[in-house]
Amino acid sequence: MSSMILTVARRDLLLARRRRVEALLPLGFFVVAAGLFPIGVGPEPQTLRQIAPGVVWVCALLAAMLSVTQMFASDHQDGSLEQMLLSPQPLLLLVLGKVLAHWLASGLPLVLAAPLIGLLFGMHAPAIATLTATLLLGTPILSLLGAVGAALTLGLRSGAALVFLLVLPLTVPALIFGTGAVVAVDSGLSAQAHFSLLGALLILNGLGAPLAAAAALRISLD
Amino acid sequence: MTVSPVVSRSGGGPSSGVLAARGLACRRGRRLLFRGLDLTLAPGSVTWLRGTNGSGKTSLMRILAGLSQPAEGSITWNDLPVSAAGAGARRGVVYIGHSNALKDDLTLAESVAFLAVLAELDEPAARAQRALDRLGLASRRDAPVRTLSQGQRRRGALARLALDDAPRAWILDEPFDALDAASVDLLSRLIVAHAAGGGAVLLTSHQAISLAGAEELDLERWRAE
Repeated sequence: MSSMILTVARRDLLLARRRRVEALLPLGFFVVAAGLFPIGVGPEPQTLRQIAPGVVWVCALLAAMLSVTQMFASDHQDGSLEQMLLSPQPLLLLVLGKVLAHWLASGLPLVLAAPLIGLLFGMHAPAIATLTATLLLGTPILSLLGAVGAALTLGLRSGAALVFLLVLPLTVPALIFGTGAVVAVDSGLSAQAHFSLLGALLILNGLGAPLAAAAALRISLD
Repeated sequence: MTVSPVVSRSGGGPSSGVLAARGLACRRGRRLLFRGLDLTLAPGSVTWLRGTNGSGKTSLMRILAGLSQPAEGSITWNDLPVSAAGAGARRGVVYIGHSNALKDDLTLAESVAFLAVLAELDEPAARAQRALDRLGLASRRDAPVRTLSQGQRRRGALARLALDDAPRAWILDEPFDALDAASVDLLSRLIVAHAAGGGAVLLTSHQAISLAGAEELDLERWRAE
């Protein structure tokens, strides 16, 4: 069961390695978009520290959505997706493999880049650590929700724009708890409740989103 | 209208199965393409599906493969509804459509090996190599798919048929497209050998083909509108 997830993930990561420019686009967007804020807002350290959690989270959301539109599109275009649907293997495992690969290729680099962006905004070390930890829990949620959106809009004209419209509202709770945790730590409060809620969101999406994405794929290919 | 367009020439092997459709109707948009179609792909049969453009050949094949739902009718695998037969039915059917299911950025061997993994075959890499050798692509095994010609890509996709000798039901949509004369001959022999081994084949082709014992099935007979 897990070997099929890993096989699909390995294959998608191999593809990402061979399309480096495409794979690095979300990270590039994340760094550039977040880097523009200090220039636009001004160099006032207190202001930057205050807006940093929200800016980093929103940029991470948008960066994740950029790449998620391609999660099934290429396999749909070349017929691989049809073969996945016809495989005796449960489609759920194949979806999980693709979500895992998407997170490793697009979400994890955002998590790793977050401390650098935190430094750019003059954040304190505990806030940077919290921001990174919230993104570690939050980016898989974005990949899971993105998979549902990508599956629902597969083959549609303007599908990429529709994914943004469909998925971004669903990511609001993750955004609230993610930024809330950093603000809490900055204010000297405990962020445990925020982390618990983010964890619960991750579990909920981990259980529901792959099933929804698999069902949406079957409908999209009919 | 009922027809049994099958020519059985040998018995099925232990893992062979019978894919059958009863009273199938297919709708695309508002248009009903065909209605009341009965079809049995018995072990040992080769069926050449004929019909004009838009008559519903590809739609029928997608329905039989399980990719689309019929407007009416049912499909069974060994007398069980395909939904009940589940993975067993999916193991018994191979569908190759217009798309080759090969990734441009993978090598031919990697692409075919992944298809072997999806089919739950053991030793996928070794099987892919042997299959590509059988399809005359030994020298192009490690070439990225994007560097191959259309004909080589099509042969690469058809290598899926040579991954094992299990007597499955092959559903092949225009398999001869883009193939040169030698490749057409190779594929024809593969199809005939598969049927002789207890497999079933349903195919479409706009080219004139010569397949020993193939039964023709003209979809125009079930045209609804």
